[in-house]
Amino acid sequence: MSKVTFPRMGESWRTFKMLLEDLGNEVVVPPRPSKKTLDLGVRHSPEFACFPLKILTGTYLETIEMGADTIVTSGGMGPCRAGEYAMLHHKILKDLGHDMKMIVFELPRYYPFNFIKNVWTLNKSRVCIRGIISRIKRAWRKLQALDNAEKLSHVVRPREINRGATTRVYHKILDWIDQAYTTEQIIEAEAAALEAMRNIPQDHTREVLKVGIIGEIYVLLEPASNLEMEETLGNLGVEVERSMFLTGWTRDNTWTETTQGMTVKEAAAPYLPELIGGHGRDSIGNTILFAKRGFDGMVQLAPFTCIPEIVARTILPRVSRDYDIPILTFFLDEQTGKAGMSTRLEAFTELMRRKKLLLKKKNVAQKNIYIA
Amino acid sequence: MAVKVGIPSSLLFYVFFPFWQSFFKEIGVQVVTSGKTTKSILDKGVREALADACVPVKLFFGHVIDIKDNVDYLFIPRVVCLNQKTIFCPKFLGLPDMIRFSVDNVPPVIDVRMDTRVGRFPLVKAYQEVGAYFGASKISALRAYLKARQVLNHYRALLIKGFTPAEAMARLNNPDESKPAPRPRENLKSNLKFAVLGYPYNIYDSFISVNILEKLKKLGVGVLTAENIHPFLLALQKNCGLPKRLFWTFSDIALKAAHFLFKHGRVDGVLHLTAFGCGPDSLLNKFIELEAKKHRNIPFMTLMIDEHTGEAGMATRLEAFVDMVRRRKEMIACQR
Repeated sequence: MSKVTFPRMGESWRTFKMLLEDLGNEVVVPPRPSKKTLDLGVRHSPEFACFPLKILTGTYLETIEMGADTIVTSGGMGPCRAGEYAMLHHKILKDLGHDMKMIVFELPRYYPFNFIKNVWTLNKSRVCIRGIISRIKRAWRKLQALDNAEKLSHVVRPREINRGATTRVYHKILDWIDQAYTTEQIIEAEAAALEAMRNIPQDHTREVLKVGIIGEIYVLLEPASNLEMEETLGNLGVEVERSMFLTGWTRDNTWTETTQGMTVKEAAAPYLPELIGGHGRDSIGNTILFAKRGFDGMVQLAPFTCIPEIVARTILPRVSRDYDIPILTFFLDEQTGKAGMSTRLEAFTELMRRKKLLLKKKNVAQKNIYIA
Repeated sequence: MAVKVGIPSSLLFYVFFPFWQSFFKEIGVQVVTSGKTTKSILDKGVREALADACVPVKLFFGHVIDIKDNVDYLFIPRVVCLNQKTIFCPKFLGLPDMIRFSVDNVPPVIDVRMDTRVGRFPLVKAYQEVGAYFGASKISALRAYLKARQVLNHYRALLIKGFTPAEAMARLNNPDESKPAPRPRENLKSNLKFAVLGYPYNIYDSFISVNILEKLKKLGVGVLTAENIHPFLLALQKNCGLPKRLFWTFSDIALKAAHFLFKHGRVDGVLHLTAFGCGPDSLLNKFIELEAKKHRNIPFMTLMIDEHTGEAGMATRLEAFVDMVRRRKEMIACQR
């Protein structure tokens, strides 16, 4: 029997594992990207390929060691490089002597038959169509539950009284959601998880900065690739809001465009009216939306040599000036060190805090003048 | 005084300049180009552009900065797709915006979108829009477009004959028929012939490519580029054994040329010239490399250029490669 594996993106593997097992596949869970993954990936990938490609090459090689022989992954229509990943991975792995079976999901909006064919190939236990739909729906609910838990952890972490409490609880509740199987169980697990998170002792009077996170989807979603940046920021007393989650992205790209997607597009239009692939336009649009909501700053995450984010980064300084919002950019690759990143984040946080304080003083002074 | 429109001599310049020149001439607009790349242009570009961008884009910034004060308009079309199938690199799609929002004091940018996948006669409409900036009527813009189209076909024919873009442009501007035409293909009496693959804006920019074409010629090597191969022969390569075509127009052409050359073995060596930090090339280079592994009889080398590339380093690598290929060829001849 074939053993199936897939790219790892944050905690979403729990959902994909459940879905693929439901359809009767044996699943090899991709391990969390580690030093070994990076070493393998860097050795066998092109030097200037973007960071996600290298991580995925490493992950695939690790899963092959664990016995996987089929890879389920996504395709794309460009112009971002991610659309060519599957072809290149296939060739690289073949060159190394592993002839893997690739199951590539293209956009169902444009290639409906490819989608149906792939689902049929993966449907090993020959579940009926209605069964497949209900299983996908259940997996979708689980994905939402995972995303909701993560979102809440971003809000709670900066306010926690005991440093590290949120992270501990978060890891515990991930297991609860993971173990839930039926839809009722998933909903129940989600409720319990959110409740547990809210019960963490918090200091609500604390002055918390709000920072939006934008950038390329893989480095946003996989904490191992961005060196747990969200956690680092949370510990510095910053509430982060990420512009992209897997559920939101899938909704935007599978069937129709959502209103949320449309707003981002409209917001970005004066600066970048063209879809340049990847998430370049989203980064610009979201920066504007976050700025309008009164955020204190933005952090852009991009893999080294990422083309769309380079275009976005070239335009962002102007957006930053026009909307008066500070932006810090990280180009991530295998050389990025955690200490350097923490230092930059600390400095950035201090600057934002100072800016906020000065603004407040100015406002108070103005009010006093007004009263006098 | 005629309105002046500036066309930076970089990126798409090498592919479309004769077309643009003839079009603007027809509608009565003076064209100003930034001329050949120089050290100061490169330095200006490197200073202004984002450090992570690739060299050609930095160079484009340099060319823009070089001419922006002398012109009334900058012509930087947003070229998305020209053959209904492949698109251009994301940096081309965002080029007008990158220039507008990160270079200070730019004149108005003409960023007409050209995408042949939507509507009927999209290119004609796009150029009518360009014409409208200068008050040209739709009819006269159409006439100019058709005339420019002929020039472009002529230019492409010259490229297929084996001229470099600079030579072909010179011939177009100065059609002195009495002069005997240099017949590049037959001049190549040398025993070696290399293919230089890569993007036109890297290969033909003699400054950034450290004059690779001239250097090879001096070493007695004939040079073939993807532009010298008939598009029909390239189209025959279909998807090059991949499940999907490469998205990017230039990469697609380069990969097809590589497959064609490896399959037919008309050359003694293949060089891939790539720019540091080029996104599409990181994948393209691997594809070509894996293909080259299957054809051991044709040596393959990758040359990487960036803003610090030195003359001497490049020359050494080329000489070594040429010597090795020549020696190998002689040995094979002796064994027979």
